[in-house]
Order: sequence, then structure tokens, then C-alpha cells
Amino acid sequence: MELICPAGTPAAFREAVEAGADAVYCGFRDETNARNFPGLNFTREELRQAVAHGHAQGVHTYVALNTFMRAGHEDLWYRAADDAVAAGADAVILADMALMDYVSSTYPDQRLHVSVQASASNVDAIALLVESFGAKRLVLPRVLTVPEIANLARNVDCELEVFAFGGLCVMAEGRCSLSSYVTGQSPNMQGVCSPASHVRYREDGPDMVSELAGFTINRFGKDEPAGYPTLCKGRFHIADDDGYAFEDPVSLDVMEHLDALRSAGVTALKIEGRQRGKAYVAQVVSSLRAALEAPKEARAQKLTQLHRLSEGQRTTAGAYEKKWR
Amino acid sequence: MGPVPYLWSGEKWRDFYYRIAESGHVDAVTLGEVVCSKRDHFTRPFLPQVIERLTAAGKSVAVASLALVTLEREAAQTRRLADVPQLAEANDLSALRVLAGKPHLVGPFVNVYNGATARLLAKRGAIRICLGPELPAASIASIISGAPGIEFEIIAFGRLPLAISARCAHARAKGNTKDNCQFVCGDEPDGLDVDTLDGQPFLTVNGVQTMSRHCQVLLGDLPALVELGVTHLRLSPQDCDMAAVAEIFAEVRDGRVCPEEGIAKLKIVYSAAPYSNGFLHGAPGMNWVAA
Repeated sequence: MELICPAGTPAAFREAVEAGADAVYCGFRDETNARNFPGLNFTREELRQAVAHGHAQGVHTYVALNTFMRAGHEDLWYRAADDAVAAGADAVILADMALMDYVSSTYPDQRLHVSVQASASNVDAIALLVESFGAKRLVLPRVLTVPEIANLARNVDCELEVFAFGGLCVMAEGRCSLSSYVTGQSPNMQGVCSPASHVRYREDGPDMVSELAGFTINRFGKDEPAGYPTLCKGRFHIADDDGYAFEDPVSLDVMEHLDALRSAGVTALKIEGRQRGKAYVAQVVSSLRAALEAPKEARAQKLTQLHRLSEGQRTTAGAYEKKWR
Repeated sequence: MGPVPYLWSGEKWRDFYYRIAESGHVDAVTLGEVVCSKRDHFTRPFLPQVIERLTAAGKSVAVASLALVTLEREAAQTRRLADVPQLAEANDLSALRVLAGKPHLVGPFVNVYNGATARLLAKRGAIRICLGPELPAASIASIISGAPGIEFEIIAFGRLPLAISARCAHARAKGNTKDNCQFVCGDEPDGLDVDTLDGQPFLTVNGVQTMSRHCQVLLGDLPALVELGVTHLRLSPQDCDMAAVAEIFAEVRDGRVCPEEGIAKLKIVYSAAPYSNGFLHGAPGMNWVAA
């Protein structure tokens, strides 16, 4: 299986290449991608250099243009696609059907991947995107079990990529307006979720309270580390009880399922984390690379390093295991 | 009238539509289970008689697809939409494939963020698109003007669908998993409240769906919606007298009642949730922006 690694900066890109990525994905410095965070992402020139560097090392570059085109401002997305193609991107990762239409008709030879944000979770949805836009690969939403993924792989005419490590969306990706309901900014439109600009921490007696747009997302006792207030991973009051109503503050780790995913026919494993620093990216990529190449017996030891990176955070295999539902 | 998003008993669901059939203020009805395929058997036995009653009353009836399709059983159910004699409403990409080439509706769970996407869908057979909740007026205007020849619908009343998950937060809140859920979402016919730890009303859980805590009310925005070219107002059922809700919207639309009076009347019919209209105004969706 290929290892697809995140890069939020040129430095992280080089680290990922060095650490053994088969492909690195990144985005431009604007709302055309779903990690539109301050200080992150690539200028046009940085992308050209990254692609060239990757090619010199035999590593592919995928450019994420995976937000939905803002009505009346579609040119921003069309130009981003033009520039990604011109820079030599080995694939563009798209979510908006009209942008897929633009790329497939303007650049029929450009390899087109479907972003997780497109939310294609079944045979017919995937077939629609393959037939209509010539999609070569589809990144699956985190709503499927491993047997369901295997079933899809047998019945679709394109490669499948799945998330293996890092952040975890609880909701079906590309179909969530929780963030804009609370803050006015969403993953689909602005490329952000629970934006830092709306986050505040305040002390309340012995507690540390994390807020998003004035709403209490969590309350931490003095011995608890105060996490980031991602709104679907907060503690709330529901059905006469206080707790993590949607999901605990966990991250995704499917290392237990590497062999199952391989035999399911998955082409590529994706690491989440374009917002992470280069040291994190390097460690995750090199550990995963070692784990993928190690025989099953030796894998646990190779993954020790990886588990340390999730320290302070519990991990889950999420929807890949049926019991998570 | 949009599909009932909640799990109601089959009889309650049937009687709800019988009442809607008698309403002179509802022109079109989209029905069917959108949120969770496990609920389908509650209402399916009543579907033929409900469709017959609504059709006989002169309503245009459409059958909605599921919003999230992962199981083979759900995919098969979606494929069967190709053969229903009514219009079908696509709420997942799979339904778009199944319905391609024949006239159909597109529901709010398909991402249509620009005119180019609307044109693409129109070319495949879409005749009306109900836009998703988070679009501001500027986007709605651009989408509608970018796709002439098809109709557009906006959710004008009801809690907004904000997210859907493979996991059931409703079952989880009651100590169950999705696979052994005991249909506990049926205990809350208007959704299950989620408050912050400091008691702020926050969200609503409805099975695998997360909805707004606020009820979207676009009564004060009706002239603006007409100006934008919106042709249909979707009233999304809450557990209240929806025929009365439809009447109030019709009165305000027709200028017989001013928006302020309409809102006052609406509060008598449905007061279980605060009202919002923020998305339309480019503000956080839960906000209320005075017209």
C-alpha cells in the first residue's frame, strides 16, 4: 500500500519525502483547500519547487483543492486547478463536482482523485464520479467498516485510499455544517472547522473552560490537560448526563487493521495532519513506513514510536470497527 | 413539506400526512426516511395510503432517498427509487446516479455550492434543487442565476440538518450502540437536546443526524427569497401542527399578515426551540438577524 503524507509547509514536505512517503499532499494558501489555516500551505512557487523536489526523489505530489467553490467566485478554484496542473501535480484532490467537471474536460490527462469531502460512501456514488469525471482514486469517508471497504474495492472501477492515522471526523466528511452553525465558518466553504479565531480558554474556579464562539465545549479539572475545542469532541449535557455526546477527544489509529486493509484491496493509506509540524510528520511517516514493511510479528515494536505521538490522546479505529457505531 | 426527520410511530406519521393532505397551503410534499434506514419499517406499511391520500388531495408528491448510504441494503433501497412512479429526491450521490436521465429532485444533503454544480445536475435531470442550509443569500443568488430553467427550494422552517454520522449519538446517549439501538430515537419526537456544560442550548440529536437546536424561521426574509428567485419554501416537520405553520407562511407570503405578526402567531404553534435565520445573512447559523 502507498503511504500518502501531509505537508502544511515546504519544510514538512521535504521531511515527508525524506521519511519515506510515496506521495505528499498539500494545498494552496487560500480557501481552496480544507486546511485553510493561518501560516499554513504553499504559494504557487513553493508548490512548483515541491513537485520538482518530489519528482527528483521519485515521490508524487497531490494538490488538495477540496473545498466547494463559493458561488460567484469560482475562478479562484479554477485558477488554483490550472496552477496545480501547470506545476506538475501528479494528482488533484477534488470535492466539488463542478470543479471535477472543469478539470476532467480542460485537462483530460490530469489524474483526478476524489476527496473525502465529496462523501462518496457506496458503489453507485463512486461509479458516478468515475463515469462522469474519470476519477482514478477515491478517498473514502470514515463511515465504513473494513469488510464494507473490501466489498467496495471489489465493486468499483477505481483505486481506494483510506485514512489511517491522525485526526478523526466523527461526522460524514463534507456533510457537516456544525462549525458554521456556531462560528459562521465551515470546512466546505472556508476550509476550516472550529476555527482558532473563535477559541477562548478561561479559568473558572479550579476548572479550565474551553470555548468556541462563547459556547462551552469542555471543562477540565486541574489534573486534566485542556484540549482544543473541536466542537464535535466536546463534553456536553445530553439525556440527563454529562459526557462526550459525539466522540471523545481521540485520534484515529488503524494500525491493528493494516493487513485487513491490504487484503481488502486498499491502494493507499492516508495520514491526516497538514496542520502538524515537520517533526511530527517525519516521525509518523517513518514509523508507518517501517511498520508497513515489517512482518506482522515485528510490527508492534515499530509502532511504539507512533503510539507515543498520540500520547495524551486516546486512539480509536473509528468506523473501521463495527462496534464504534 | 419536507420529510419528517424524526422517528414517529407509523400511525402518528400517517395521521400527520392525512392532516397535511387537508391543508390548502401545502403544494408539494417530499416524504420518506432520510436519516436512518433502520427506521424504515415503521412508516413503509403506511406509505402507499399516504401517497394516495396526498395525491388525491392534489399535492405533488416526491419520495426522498437516504442521506447516507453505506450498507448493501441501503444501496438497493436507493436503486429502487428509479422505479417509483412519483418524483424522487436525491440526497446522496448514489441516488444521483440511479436517477440520471429522468426528471428528479435534489435534496439538501447533496452539496450544491455554486451555479456550475446546479447546471451539471440540471443536465442530468434535476428539475428542482433544495439547497443545503449553510449558504448565504449571496451564494443562493449566484446559484439561482447561474442555473436558469430549474426551480430552487430553501428550508424556511424547521431545525436544520447540520451533520450525519456512521455513529448514532442518540443511541450512545442512552447507553446503546447503533446496531442494538432499541429505536430510542423514537422517545424524542422533536429531537434530543444537547446543552453545553454551562447550560447553554447548543445542538439537537436525531438518531445519526445532528440538527440545529434553533428552528430556522425565514418569515421575515420571504420578500428577499422571492427576489433571489427561490420558487419553493420547504417546511421541515417539527412535532407541532405543521398545517398551522404552513398557513402562517402562506399568510405572510401573500401579504395578509406582516412578518412580525406571523412570527408571533408561529410562537404559539411552535415554541419548543428558539428561532434563527443566521445562515441566510452570512452569520453563524444559530443567529437571529432582524429583517
